[in-house]
Amino acid sequence: MDWSDSPEQAAFREEVATFIKERLPDDYRGSEEGGEGFSGGWQADRKSDNPHAQKRAMDWADALAEKGWVAPHWPKEYGGAGLSVMEQFIYNQEMAKSAAPPVGGMGVSLLGPTMIVHGSDEQKAEHLPRVLSGEVAWAQGYSEPSAGSDLASLQTRATRDGDDYVINGQKIWTSGAQYADWLFALVRTDPEAPKHRGISFIVMDINTPGITVRPIVDMGWNEPFNETFFEDVRVPAANIVGEENRGWYVGMTLLDFERSGISGAISYERNLTRLLDYGKSEDGNKHVRQDWRALRHEIAERHLEIGVLFNFAFRIVSMQNSGMVPNYEASVNKMFGSEIHQRLARTGTKVFGLYANVWQEEGDHSPMSAEFTRDYVGSVPHTIFSGSSEIQRNVIATRGLGLPRG
Amino acid sequence: MDLGLSETQELLKNSARDFLENESPEQLVRDMEEDEAGYSPELWSKMAEQGWQGLLVPEEHGGAGFDFLDLCVLLEEFGRALVPGPFMSTVLGGAVPIMEIGSDAQKAEFLPRIASGDVIFTLALTEPSARFDEEGVQAEATVSGDEVTFNGTKLFVPDANVADYMVVAGRSSNGVTLGIVATDQPGVEVTQLQTIARDKQAEVKLNGATGQLLGTDGGGWAALEPVLNRYTVAECAYLVGLAQMDFEISVDYAKERVQFGRPIGSFQAIQHKCADMVTDVDGSRFIMYKAAWSLATDQPAEDTQMSVNMAKAWCSEATRRVVAHGQQIHGGIGFTKDYKIQLYFRRQKRAELAFGDADYHRELVAQQLGI
Repeated sequence: MDWSDSPEQAAFREEVATFIKERLPDDYRGSEEGGEGFSGGWQADRKSDNPHAQKRAMDWADALAEKGWVAPHWPKEYGGAGLSVMEQFIYNQEMAKSAAPPVGGMGVSLLGPTMIVHGSDEQKAEHLPRVLSGEVAWAQGYSEPSAGSDLASLQTRATRDGDDYVINGQKIWTSGAQYADWLFALVRTDPEAPKHRGISFIVMDINTPGITVRPIVDMGWNEPFNETFFEDVRVPAANIVGEENRGWYVGMTLLDFERSGISGAISYERNLTRLLDYGKSEDGNKHVRQDWRALRHEIAERHLEIGVLFNFAFRIVSMQNSGMVPNYEASVNKMFGSEIHQRLARTGTKVFGLYANVWQEEGDHSPMSAEFTRDYVGSVPHTIFSGSSEIQRNVIATRGLGLPRG
Repeated sequence: MDLGLSETQELLKNSARDFLENESPEQLVRDMEEDEAGYSPELWSKMAEQGWQGLLVPEEHGGAGFDFLDLCVLLEEFGRALVPGPFMSTVLGGAVPIMEIGSDAQKAEFLPRIASGDVIFTLALTEPSARFDEEGVQAEATVSGDEVTFNGTKLFVPDANVADYMVVAGRSSNGVTLGIVATDQPGVEVTQLQTIARDKQAEVKLNGATGQLLGTDGGGWAALEPVLNRYTVAECAYLVGLAQMDFEISVDYAKERVQFGRPIGSFQAIQHKCADMVTDVDGSRFIMYKAAWSLATDQPAEDTQMSVNMAKAWCSEATRRVVAHGQQIHGGIGFTKDYKIQLYFRRQKRAELAFGDADYHRELVAQQLGI
């Protein structure tokens, strides 16, 4: 066991940190938390009406592309950085420490890795380079109004017609679809088959006639998600990734990618440290509740939890690095991380007492630009998307511990 | 960076598990609850043959020269098997302080006898004030040359009933001062307490008890700090093994126990408890090992101190949650004396309290965070 870097790891960490220091403008750090006219994510900034935000997004993508680091986890032959799992771990840590916005969105994180595993040569040649160049942004169409936790019950129908599929139905929670150029989706191609075996994984241009994207306003007045409607949408049959009716298993490759990661632990620690620093500042002194000392142990508990979360993420890469395949461990990470996220936001709001009412980012009465209040609302979906905490516990219990399914 | 065990550690873990399954079965654990001495001298000798009492002791003093991280791997197995007896008292309360503070002569005198299993040690630190800090040490120490004489009462001294020697903390005009005191003298009076874990803890009255000065007059607290950090993390390792076993027994039970025509482990209410248990067991294990690694590899003092306090704060509370779930999953059978799960529940409390519970260590974490 060793929590320290080898000399090679330390050198790589230094390389990443130096690159970020030199190439990431200060005002684009932490832009995911908003402010400065940014939209709360690279994918949105890239299509922002604000020319400054758009420039920052494209410049940052260019800097990473120049270094070959847009897709750290993709193999080199597909234009990725081909980093080892341990290097990715370090890369992601350093990016999160600097609050550097991840570039490439779901194209880099989810679509690419899946296409590399399951896609045809033609599909790879067509799509992967355009993800890396930042030309095409992707959105994910999985959930439906009646298929949330029970995703495999999805009903959006794709019917074969000559060389095309004709798609009808509705997706929901399609994150960032309003800024996306392409969509990957799970659709039902065989309604007669058992529910997991009649699904296909298909990709389509989001501007295909018949697709309507309608943003959903969330409880924080933001529009991170959409409803996406399909009305007689014709998509070439060649756009199926992997085998027809095997899409459930193609899609599950993605979900496993989705559940590993270190950035949560790093960014929560950064936010906790910033909260403590702010509390000691002159401005903080005006906003921290008078009896905040009652929260000392609660704050310390958050620090402990973040330490535990770091190790959960570390365990996953450590296993992968030794050639093991994580099983329930990724679910533990997702469940625990999302629950900490909410507790940290709650602790942050408690520290500010009545000032935790304030939602506006500007003005004398907004401690830390109201970020903890906003996160208190914004973290609510975290225990719901990508497999709710309840689903994760089911997975841990059945897949991990071998308890019988109910 | 790596979270796996080394080959040596794997070997140590596997051989310890096999050994303890045979040599420290449930019946022995139960017998020792009612036993006057609280340990099996036969098992004690066999453990010495395995080289365990001397695991940390340098080879020149008859030990195996392993590091603290290795010891924690072994102690996880001790927790798993609920091994009764004065192993931790002797190793953490005797060998470690002598290795850290002892003179060459003291090392030569005591370490080989600890490694061979010939002597049992313990640490007499706490007093009726039940404090773990420097202020808590109020017994009177009087130094005369290489000798120190103690007057006062120590409380919650583990295994004092069978210890040959105690490392005693007292207070002279110069501050906290340590001594190695033989228990076989008229100035030492041991009164056994009955405890929740049915382990052996005692009140020890020192009335002119005399022994060798350990370290310097007044230098005792600074010398003790690394010892206490190790002892604290050792208790965490024991807790991790204990909680792991409680969890495994509970999951097995949930698979077998049938109600409403199906195993109770197929109900989500039970499944989610099991998922929380494994999360707490694993979380405790890694935070404990991080502290053990910090100590074993001499990481910067500030980082190490924080790691130790984080480990005990987390393990104390997380393993308490685990054994509580373990009881609930077992239902009625779980609170009978005959069924094994309660053995873990009661022992968890002892180790949770040892060297400070979650609240105590969380306070220290808060202080180090500057709040």
